[in-house]
Amino acid sequence: MIDRSFIGRSFPPLHVDVEAGQLRAFARATGQRDPIYWDEEAAKAAGYRALPAPLTFLFTLDQEREDRFYFINAMGIELGHVLHGEQAFTYGAPICAGDRVTLTCTCMDIYDKKGGAMEFVILKTQATNQLGEDLGGMTGTIVVRDPK
Amino acid sequence: MSIFAHDVTFAGVDVGDSLPAVTSKPISRTTLALFAGASGDHNPIHIDIDFAKAAGMPDVFAHGMLGMAYLGHLLTAWVPQRAVREFSTRFVAITQVHAVVTCTGRVVEKREGNLVALEIEAADQNGDVKLAGQALVELP
Repeated sequence: MIDRSFIGRSFPPLHVDVEAGQLRAFARATGQRDPIYWDEEAAKAAGYRALPAPLTFLFTLDQEREDRFYFINAMGIELGHVLHGEQAFTYGAPICAGDRVTLTCTCMDIYDKKGGAMEFVILKTQATNQLGEDLGGMTGTIVVRDPK
Repeated sequence: MSIFAHDVTFAGVDVGDSLPAVTSKPISRTTLALFAGASGDHNPIHIDIDFAKAAGMPDVFAHGMLGMAYLGHLLTAWVPQRAVREFSTRFVAITQVHAVVTCTGRVVEKREGNLVALEIEAADQNGDVKLAGQALVELP
């Protein structure tokens, strides 16, 4: 059982730089066809100040930690038993290359189903940039399965 | 400039309209390795078959967020990214190696404030649904 006292707890805020090379690698790895995600000129012609981060990139920025399995380790979850259940994003100001983003992750809920055979962890992350602008956020549902 | 027309308007869409479908290339083990690196999701269950088997899975499988990135392509091929206000999905089933994922969507509601609600889905070559979600876009 995951310790329910994590509910309501926030993890230390993460400050992360958005790098153009990282955005290009993400575009390549996902088969992106729109050049605004890898070509600075195309991005500017589309009205962005620099390469924009794609819709799901906040999730990637949250991995830029010394321990990228931070909450999994903190909660004592077995990594091999983790499944991604749901993911939701809301959007504020665009995130672009060169930005410095601050992410704050809070555990919103932990509950179980099927008599404890599956546990669910709900994490909500809010993001702001170096100008203090609201970038929106994301909510993830992590499912921990019991392989037995 | 974007390669996409992005000329969709609130007045020009109707409930029931379909978005142009977007299909991925086959997801190879290389795809998963590159996505692990690029996305920062280093969970070995997606890239290390030994780890996957030890965890009780028959093979590695695709990151849920790879499928969600494909769903994102569906949206941003239809409207500029800044039009997207909300985007969510459930990861309904595991996406296997070699899957070819097709993303589809349709307009389910037009709301005040030029908002259009979409239902979106990613399915493999057998038609098995892997991701099922929603998006909210604001149109001119």
